[in-house]
Amino acid sequence: MVERAPEQRLVRTGGARLWPIALLGALTAFLFVLSLGIGPVRLLPPTVVEALLGGGDEVARVIVREIRLPRAILSVSIGAVLGLSGAAMQGLLRNPLAAPSLFGAPQAAALGAVATLSLGVADALSFALPVAAILGAFLSVFALIAIAGRNASLVLLILSGLALSSLAGAATSLAMNLAPNPFAALEIAFWLLGSLEDRSMRHVAMALPFILAGAAILIANRSAFRALTLGEEAAQSLGVRVARLRLLVIMGVALGVGASVAVAGTISFIGLVAPHLVRPLVGYDPARLLLPSALAGASLLTAADIAVRVIPSTTDIKVGVLTAIIGVPFFLYLIVRERRRLGVGGLA
Amino acid sequence: MRPEELALSDLQVVLGGRRVVDVMTLTLPTGSLVALVGPNGAGKTSLLRAIVGLAGYSGRVAFGGRDLAAVGGRERARLIAYLPQGHEAHWPLPARDIVALGRFPHGATDPLRLSPDDQGMVRRAMEQTDTTAFADRPVTMLSGGERARVALARVFAVGAPLILADEPTAALDPRHQIDVMRALRGRAEEGALVVAVTHDIGLAARFAHRVVLLNQGRIAASGSPGEALTPEVMRTTFGVELFRADHQGVPVLVPWS
Repeated sequence: MVERAPEQRLVRTGGARLWPIALLGALTAFLFVLSLGIGPVRLLPPTVVEALLGGGDEVARVIVREIRLPRAILSVSIGAVLGLSGAAMQGLLRNPLAAPSLFGAPQAAALGAVATLSLGVADALSFALPVAAILGAFLSVFALIAIAGRNASLVLLILSGLALSSLAGAATSLAMNLAPNPFAALEIAFWLLGSLEDRSMRHVAMALPFILAGAAILIANRSAFRALTLGEEAAQSLGVRVARLRLLVIMGVALGVGASVAVAGTISFIGLVAPHLVRPLVGYDPARLLLPSALAGASLLTAADIAVRVIPSTTDIKVGVLTAIIGVPFFLYLIVRERRRLGVGGLA
Repeated sequence: MRPEELALSDLQVVLGGRRVVDVMTLTLPTGSLVALVGPNGAGKTSLLRAIVGLAGYSGRVAFGGRDLAAVGGRERARLIAYLPQGHEAHWPLPARDIVALGRFPHGATDPLRLSPDDQGMVRRAMEQTDTTAFADRPVTMLSGGERARVALARVFAVGAPLILADEPTAALDPRHQIDVMRALRGRAEEGALVVAVTHDIGLAARFAHRVVLLNQGRIAASGSPGEALTPEVMRTTFGVELFRADHQGVPVLVPWS
């Protein structure tokens, strides 16, 4: 076995960079508490913490622990797994524009869930729902990696992503078109918008196990992404089983995205934006990126979910709409930044 | 068969219906630098990929008396260090972290947490490839020649007894071509078997202990540079006339016309 002596850092100087994780963890915790205080009855953070710990008055306790806690848990865990999925996909494909949401994974998951609902196979709180959504996401991510292939250029990746998300969109339109009644069509439409409103602990129980399983798979394989920096062949010659890794990442992403969509609908672009925000903090290391990216995703989605509650409007803004409105311009910005590489036909 | 050698028997690699490596039997001793030469499409890269385990093959590949088909994952990665063409590096990691990936098969997956042994291997590999000066620079910001040497340092850092390098001197200036060939030969003299694909006949003749010339998936010639790279062989495989001189007992070979 290799002996480890991290205190004798003769080759590399500098710490292991724990501060990005600490900083983002604190931010996530702060937003979590803030989120618990936002609503028709505004509660200050100290009141929230007191209620959370079982103290304070009865009303505050019920509001915080029964009404708002499921929503906050979901925004943190869904945001985290979306950020993690984006970082893992970008690591696997060595490509800063690879994110599940650009390839229709959430749409495909929504389709799976909606199909199950409208076919009457399951009711809205059944475990069949996340399973169907996970299956939809799995198919979408699998197709992406099959099309984009071993040495996916940016152009190929973006074009196949466009095709796949269009396909998922068309299939969803078909499902709406064929909906047995207008309510079913409306249900699909709302699903596609993505929201965390009025979620209960039942939803948390439905999604969280799958999210945790997906996250565990991705985190367990993180060091392989570092070896993949050298390309697939070199990584394989270093002992990374690339084909197996590819399948594991597809599974992890599908579990996370599918379960998220099953309870919250399609929430896009967190997986694209979060890794980019934190990549410089971890020295661009694709393995060290995962945890900070998850925390950034949790912060982003929780902040967005706070924003939809404080932005004054006549009807509720859905959080999925907000993340898309922020995310699409960011995506454009990334394309512009990468345009030189796009112009020469992909990654060197 | 001596245990410390690479032995290929009846090796065959089929790619897209074409036999790119055709019933090859070859034994190469450790402690030598072998130059693998041949025209484009002769099967040089396919041969290396089969030995590394990246390409499917029929026949047998054994190293040190062990059938490599039975050796997988990290164990195989500790035996064979492979330098692919192209020197891909997709994220702007510091050159030192790229080299540290050579310790990946030894369980050192985190460049920030290397044991003193691993650090020693990394440092030595960087010294041998003259890359220490830009250890902290992002690898994506380096020149082509610098990046090629970082890629080679990563291969050296594995500390494998078998090193397979696909065109290690491409994109290098003459100074670094010579330095890299010297470093490869140095690794061989320390006991490794180093197989390097090259298109530079002159470098092969100057530095290799042995030359294996491939043509259309078969061995056209094999032996010491002077024996293998004869004017006739060069004419039939490459279609070039060879200029030959001798300098200090080393053949100087130049494709002339």
